[in-house]
Amino acid sequence: METIQTLIQYTPEISILEISYILASVLFIVGLKRLSHPDTARNGNLWAAAGMGLAILFTILFHKKDGESIGNIPWILGALVLGTAVGWVAARKVKMTAMPQMVSMFNGMGGACAAMISMMEFPKLQSTLAAAGASSMFHGETLAILFGLTIGGVSFAGSMIAFGKLDEKIGDIKAPWLRYLNLFFLFLLVVMVVLIMFKHPVSGDNTIIYLLVLLALVYGVSFVMPIGGADMPVVISLLNSFTGIAAACGGFLYSNQAMLTGGILVGSSGTLLTILMCKAMNRSLLNVIIGAFGGEAASKGEAGDKTVKEITLSDAAVLLSYSQKVLVVPGYGLAVAQAQHLCHELDVLLASRGVEVKYGIHPVAGRMPGHMNVLLAEADVPYEKLLEMEEANNEMQNTDVVIVIGANDVVNPAAEDDPSSPIYGMPVIKAWEAKNVIVMKRSMAKGYAAISNNLFYHPRNSMLFGDAKATLQKLIAEIKNL
Amino acid sequence: MNSILLFLLQYREAIFIIILSLFLGIEVISHVPSVLHTPLMSGANAIHGVVIIGAIIVMGHAHDVLPMILGFLAVVLGTLNVVGGFVVTDRMLEMFRKKKSKK
Repeated sequence: METIQTLIQYTPEISILEISYILASVLFIVGLKRLSHPDTARNGNLWAAAGMGLAILFTILFHKKDGESIGNIPWILGALVLGTAVGWVAARKVKMTAMPQMVSMFNGMGGACAAMISMMEFPKLQSTLAAAGASSMFHGETLAILFGLTIGGVSFAGSMIAFGKLDEKIGDIKAPWLRYLNLFFLFLLVVMVVLIMFKHPVSGDNTIIYLLVLLALVYGVSFVMPIGGADMPVVISLLNSFTGIAAACGGFLYSNQAMLTGGILVGSSGTLLTILMCKAMNRSLLNVIIGAFGGEAASKGEAGDKTVKEITLSDAAVLLSYSQKVLVVPGYGLAVAQAQHLCHELDVLLASRGVEVKYGIHPVAGRMPGHMNVLLAEADVPYEKLLEMEEANNEMQNTDVVIVIGANDVVNPAAEDDPSSPIYGMPVIKAWEAKNVIVMKRSMAKGYAAISNNLFYHPRNSMLFGDAKATLQKLIAEIKNL
Repeated sequence: MNSILLFLLQYREAIFIIILSLFLGIEVISHVPSVLHTPLMSGANAIHGVVIIGAIIVMGHAHDVLPMILGFLAVVLGTLNVVGGFVVTDRMLEMFRKKKSKK
């Protein structure tokens, strides 16, 4: 269809538009490539953004459908301005700790956008096919519309639930039957898509498409609901690649090369990224999706009569000042308390007394991979002081004190020695191998994976209760007074 | 069977692009360090905002009230995805840059 149209109504604008799409695709590819290297990452983001701007601008200027240029331009510009203003402010204002939620939210918006496009295109296509006297809806465009709708809908609903979970507005529902219910929903979705593909086109008969949207939304919710909050980064990454595929469906529908390459590129790299993230936690994707994290096994290794040792601030101050090597293990608690600057202050203070301070960064500490690196970089902690997990573990036996600030699951020995633990097999920072451990925590509450931590009862460990920020402040004052 | 073969012929270019892009996507990010997982995901998140082009096309050819409203919403949501995505990514990477200059 498309090729015939272009042959009949050739204008130079069409060529210009296509060239701009090629350029945009190249910019996306180069941008993504540069994003995957630390030195060029920021620049790469701008390249991709430039590609996007180019594609949007040229579409508005030169796109033609059946010889008709883009209309409603004031409305389009209005929508662009509105979206830009809200998106810009939201992205600028959001706290560093809430970044993961924000990414999930924006991902959901893209999914919703893809689903809405399909919802508008379906009635049009159905009337066209009905008018042409087609016997069924079996057509490439129908497939693209239905896929875009389903995947976009699932991505939207799933992202919103992931957003809610990360924002701690939504809890986990862990029930084994949900797994079967999910499979049933998935089956229903496939059946509906097939049914629509082979149905007789009747102009105006669009109820079924609304049913499909509804089902996709329900599936999106029930898909993410049983997955634990700690696994949300993986889920967001997966939904991110879903939205990429939904966008590519739009590209297929409009024979739009920029949408096609952009969408598929995100779809495939997103899937790979999801798998890489799972690897960092030593779990398979399937395990993340169906194996509800925490839950039943959580009761194991409960506190019971084990005792916890507490340390006073002055003792902690003395211990730290007279150490040679100190390792800081930060976690989500540091991010919540916004204590990264104080953390750096402590590190500078100790360094001035001849203590060697390093940071041990677990790849999934915080709510997203790289979360801690971003946070500590914000506080001007030099790059060389950040050790990756393996390096930190190699030096552990020579470390005098490990300070765990707001981290829990990433220093849990159960990952090594308790095969019944849900996190068994996950690589962790072996804080317990150091000569002393100080855990700074608000309370004895469990970590995000909702499992108890035997490190707290370890003979070489002592607890320093309180909010990370307040405790660090007092600790710094205490050390200065020594 | 015939209709499937016709389908493949009709959309051969798109299918070609899809397959090549699949490999390209995997190839391009295969050596990413774990530190960059989050910004990369966020950047990719912004890139799939290209879906906005579809929204602009629908909106540009909408004539009735309902499609106009849906189209307007779709463009707003798509823009949120694009702008928000790129700005958030930039903010994350800004912090990496600071670290670089200290080095």
